[in-house]
Amino acid sequence: MKYLSFIFTNLGRKKIRSSLTFLSIMIAFILYGLLGAVQAALSQGVDVAGADRLVVRHKVSIIQLLPISYTQRISQIEGVDLVTHFVWFGGIYQDPKNFFPQMPVEPESFLDMYPEFTLPANQVEKWKETRTGAIVGRKSADRFGWKIGDRVPIQATIWPKVDGSRNWEFDVVGIYDSDKKGTDLTQFFFRYDYFDETRSRGSGLIGWYVVRVGDPDRAVEVASTIDETFANSPYETKAETEGAFVQAFAKQMGNITAIVIAIMGAVFFTILLVAGNTMGQSVRERIVELGVMKAIGFTDKKVLAIVLSESITLSTLAGGLGLLLSWILVQGMSDSLSGIFPVFYLPSSSIVWGAGFTLLLGFIAGAIPAFQAKQLRIADALRR
Amino acid sequence: MNLFAQIIAVSRFALLTIPQRLGSSITTVIGIAGVVAVMIGVLSIGKGFKQTMEAGGDPSVAMIMRAGADSEMMSGLSRETTRIIADSEGIATNSRGVVSSAELFVIINLAKLNTGTDANVPLRGVEPMAFDVRSHFEIVEGRAFQWGTNEIIVGAKAALEFADLQIGSSIQMGANRWQVVGIFTDNGGISESEIWTDAAVLQPAYQRGDSFQAVYLKLKSPDQFQAFSDRLTQNPQLDVKVIRQVDYYAEQSGQLATLIKVLGIVIALLMSVGAVFGAINTMYTAVSNRTREIATLRALGFTSIPIMASVLIESICLALLGGSIGALITYLAMDGYQAATLNFTTFSQVAFAFAIDGKLVLGGMILAISIGTFGGFLPAFYASRVPIAAALRES
Repeated sequence: MKYLSFIFTNLGRKKIRSSLTFLSIMIAFILYGLLGAVQAALSQGVDVAGADRLVVRHKVSIIQLLPISYTQRISQIEGVDLVTHFVWFGGIYQDPKNFFPQMPVEPESFLDMYPEFTLPANQVEKWKETRTGAIVGRKSADRFGWKIGDRVPIQATIWPKVDGSRNWEFDVVGIYDSDKKGTDLTQFFFRYDYFDETRSRGSGLIGWYVVRVGDPDRAVEVASTIDETFANSPYETKAETEGAFVQAFAKQMGNITAIVIAIMGAVFFTILLVAGNTMGQSVRERIVELGVMKAIGFTDKKVLAIVLSESITLSTLAGGLGLLLSWILVQGMSDSLSGIFPVFYLPSSSIVWGAGFTLLLGFIAGAIPAFQAKQLRIADALRR
Repeated sequence: MNLFAQIIAVSRFALLTIPQRLGSSITTVIGIAGVVAVMIGVLSIGKGFKQTMEAGGDPSVAMIMRAGADSEMMSGLSRETTRIIADSEGIATNSRGVVSSAELFVIINLAKLNTGTDANVPLRGVEPMAFDVRSHFEIVEGRAFQWGTNEIIVGAKAALEFADLQIGSSIQMGANRWQVVGIFTDNGGISESEIWTDAAVLQPAYQRGDSFQAVYLKLKSPDQFQAFSDRLTQNPQLDVKVIRQVDYYAEQSGQLATLIKVLGIVIALLMSVGAVFGAINTMYTAVSNRTREIATLRALGFTSIPIMASVLIESICLALLGGSIGALITYLAMDGYQAATLNFTTFSQVAFAFAIDGKLVLGGMILAISIGTFGGFLPAFYASRVPIAAALRES
């Protein structure tokens, strides 16, 4: 600790150089944070998927529908606690660019299935009373300026109404939130009974089921029992845990993780070179001085530690500031990106790893110059 | 000596002394190579995707879907509707009849080869004229499927990307097995990500009754599109939208291509700022190594312009070298790299190859030169202000 001011004095010796290195490292970590958020957004939901929830869909593909009568049969399977169902509505609000998911659900079992969605009790009541009622996530409500009591028109693309029109209207009766970070707050849910009696075709068919199992450890077992139950029927199913389902979906977008790692690798490598070069320079310029320090009794180890601390101090301060700035940026962009990335946040794991990387970067960049400083012989140094 | 000759003389001197400060120069070169590589690499993803989406397009091909539908996936047309459409005037004909194909577009779950996880692979049911509508269509291996059987042909890119799509293998679809009998190409376009079969066989397999999702047809000439579109949309028997095939695919590639482009540019710009700092550092070192030399030149009567120019030129040369290395590495490593992603409009996979073209390389070089210029500017200014007496006295 007593060398702290010494370290800062050395860093302040060439102010321009230290600031430039500081800024490069900071920018590398801003990038790191932004890419971390993008990656989390693209693999959205993996973190928040319920371990006790299964997704059951048509075996051949998710676009094929399943009969609603399966609700009964699935809930009779041992280990199943609760069953609810969804349909992809795929409607358009004003402009196709205003994308957000809409799905008809059965309110009671839906809310029971997703305790992470918080909806005030009076709004729940109102939803159960209103056939055309719908609840919407906080993010979409903010994005489109919807308030409770608003009537929202949505153009159907897949589901025309019985009367041939495509204009569906819903009454916003609730706005849900979530305490759980990473929960999708862009979705719009309305009532299945209203949907089923108003659609012109497909009556009695739903898109997919979500099933809650009593014991998460038996989830895989229950999933295969469900599939066996419907094997060789006209509607065969594929059941898997919500985590596996979400992960497979994320993987459909391509290997985002590999791309992000490749980019970050290039960025860190570049910055490492820049920072390492600067540290090397500053050590070379101070050879005489380091010789003097050794001559007056600084041990080799101490000199090594001082040079290394310089680089680590620079890197952690700059990296920490970069992480903080990226966190602020991500918070700020979260709303304007909600059409593309429903969930956009910097995961805590990225921050922890990032903090580790700042240390590592400082260590690697300082290692060679520090080692050189340690090996320095007093006579050689002073002779220069 | 005129100014130009002065600039050349001083710059030559600067460049020849680079080996004396090799370490920091190499750092700059590698740093800039990294920036350019990342920029070109990320943008080549968007480029490749866009190219694939647009490659199969033909301006004389029109697509008809149900009004209000955004994509084939959401559309639905009755047999009656497709017949009225095929009977309209303005459609090209050949020896086998009207060049119009009513098609079904669904997806099937197949494992992605490199991850083993499920992917939504597009499956298209076609009518005989489908092969005439797409003028680039070609069977490159095996044979076409036989009408009325559970046989499928597979796009060349889909065959590389998904499991069980080699000739001779088969896929299970409900109660039936479907045999792969051929591999086809379509000018590198999006159809190469698809599996094709007879629409009439696909309808019952997906419980579609006697309905289709889109009609693809070839117009007598591309400029008859508007008239043809008006004729159909004004027909009271029809509730359809008509769109050019090229526009349909351009629309779908728009969002993802833009997203990747923005992402690539933002990353590259942020990295460039870091690289500029690195370059400034290097050039300051270069200038301070050359302080005595610069002071001598000025004492000899050289003006500050050639001295500034020499620093800038050195910095830009390093940047260009870095940019070229970066571009070359990305080109070798990434051009043609096969990947597949999800097309959100149709909810199905698109296989495509990363593509690097001259424009991207040029963009990378411009970025490199900008980094070099910005990085060299301050040190150049500083060099031109070196106080002669003090600098010469320095040890």
